[in-house]
Amino acid sequence: MEKVWESAQAAVADIQDGVTLLVGGFGLSGIPTSLIQALYTKGTKHLRVVSNNCGTDTAGLGILLERRQIDHVSASYVGENKRFEQQLLNGDIEVELIPQGTLAERIRAGGAGIPAFYTATGVGTPVAEGKPTAEFDGKTYIQERAITGDVAFVKAWKADKMGNIVFRKTARNFNPIVATAATLTIVEVEELVEVGELDADHIHVPSIYVNRIIVTEHPDKQIERLTTREATI
Amino acid sequence: MTRERIIQRALQEIQPGMYVNLGIGMPTLIANVLPHDFDVMLQSENGLLGIGPYPTHDEVDEDLINAGKETVTAKQGAAFFDSATSFAMIRGGHIDVAILGGMEVSQTGDLANWMIPGKMVKGMGGAMDLVHGAKHVVVIMEHVNKHGESKIKPSCTLPLTGKRVVNRLITDLAVFDFTEEGMVLIEVANGHTIEDVRAKTDAAFIERIT
Repeated sequence: MEKVWESAQAAVADIQDGVTLLVGGFGLSGIPTSLIQALYTKGTKHLRVVSNNCGTDTAGLGILLERRQIDHVSASYVGENKRFEQQLLNGDIEVELIPQGTLAERIRAGGAGIPAFYTATGVGTPVAEGKPTAEFDGKTYIQERAITGDVAFVKAWKADKMGNIVFRKTARNFNPIVATAATLTIVEVEELVEVGELDADHIHVPSIYVNRIIVTEHPDKQIERLTTREATI
Repeated sequence: MTRERIIQRALQEIQPGMYVNLGIGMPTLIANVLPHDFDVMLQSENGLLGIGPYPTHDEVDEDLINAGKETVTAKQGAAFFDSATSFAMIRGGHIDVAILGGMEVSQTGDLANWMIPGKMVKGMGGAMDLVHGAKHVVVIMEHVNKHGESKIKPSCTLPLTGKRVVNRLITDLAVFDFTEEGMVLIEVANGHTIEDVRAKTDAAFIERIT
């Protein structure tokens, strides 16, 4: 069960055009930069991407828009990306905007074998259009379907060679859930350790969900909005 | 100046011991006026409970941001978690107060704050979840738009974020509560009169100044 691959390029080499790709990250925090870069280089097209955001003009999933590699995006927030907005207005790309909690729960449900669930989120809004409703205890809910993918790209802090993974701070975000919901899960890590080095009590995603591991080729992480305060003594 | 006034009033909605979510934009600024030792845990929907102040230059950490993608710190007692856990926390009714920005509010408590058809589509982010999940939903916004038109309407003209979801609305002119009887004016800002509020509000409301 060898899961460690020598490069991002090798790990994505068999990804076909038209796959549904689940990608972790929030803004530019916790994004699998090397895997996205490898897919950009490979030129895989007609991607159906599920991710909370779609990167910026020059970083994250945004780079896949440059060569029109994405046909459809499911996301909760697509601001701060001019090229994306332009392709959306031109009709070059289809977008499904999904409330962030609904997006997270749809992916979680997908990974957990739950085909659909009910939620109050979106009732009475454009999000509810075309969806079945039901009443529970006198309140109306809409039905939301699970999301699964062909491939998931995950960014983690550390993994052991078996594929147990650990995240750091808010770079965790959607990464643990997308890891559970795809046929092929590829994890990009900052640090690869031997089996047994991670405390079993502290593992965020168990190895069963992970198929391939690569060590990041882009260790420098980007900041979307640097905000600081004056240091006080 | 108007923003300052709204933020100062919104600050009063936060009581010691609460778990609070502040939306992106003007609500985020409330964090800057909270006394640094105030006993409150601010939730950030990207997976942090216990937002601390902005970092000093040396403290900046690329892996530690708020929902507005700004670099932040984590206060003592903070916890990190994934997005599904974060929204289970929100949708499960565990957040005491959510303070959100608004583009329009209707007299029945509908909120629109995520898109302007043909002009702006950024997405709803977590707003649609917060309006249904938080125990108390407070909207803060300027009373009128830049053309001087009321943003408080008989019914919203923009696509909704949620229907009948707002509990309290704070503007630079007034504070309203949304009750079974309808929209109720409970406070008028210093320097303004009920007549000012009436003249600048398209929505129907009941007066109950205490």
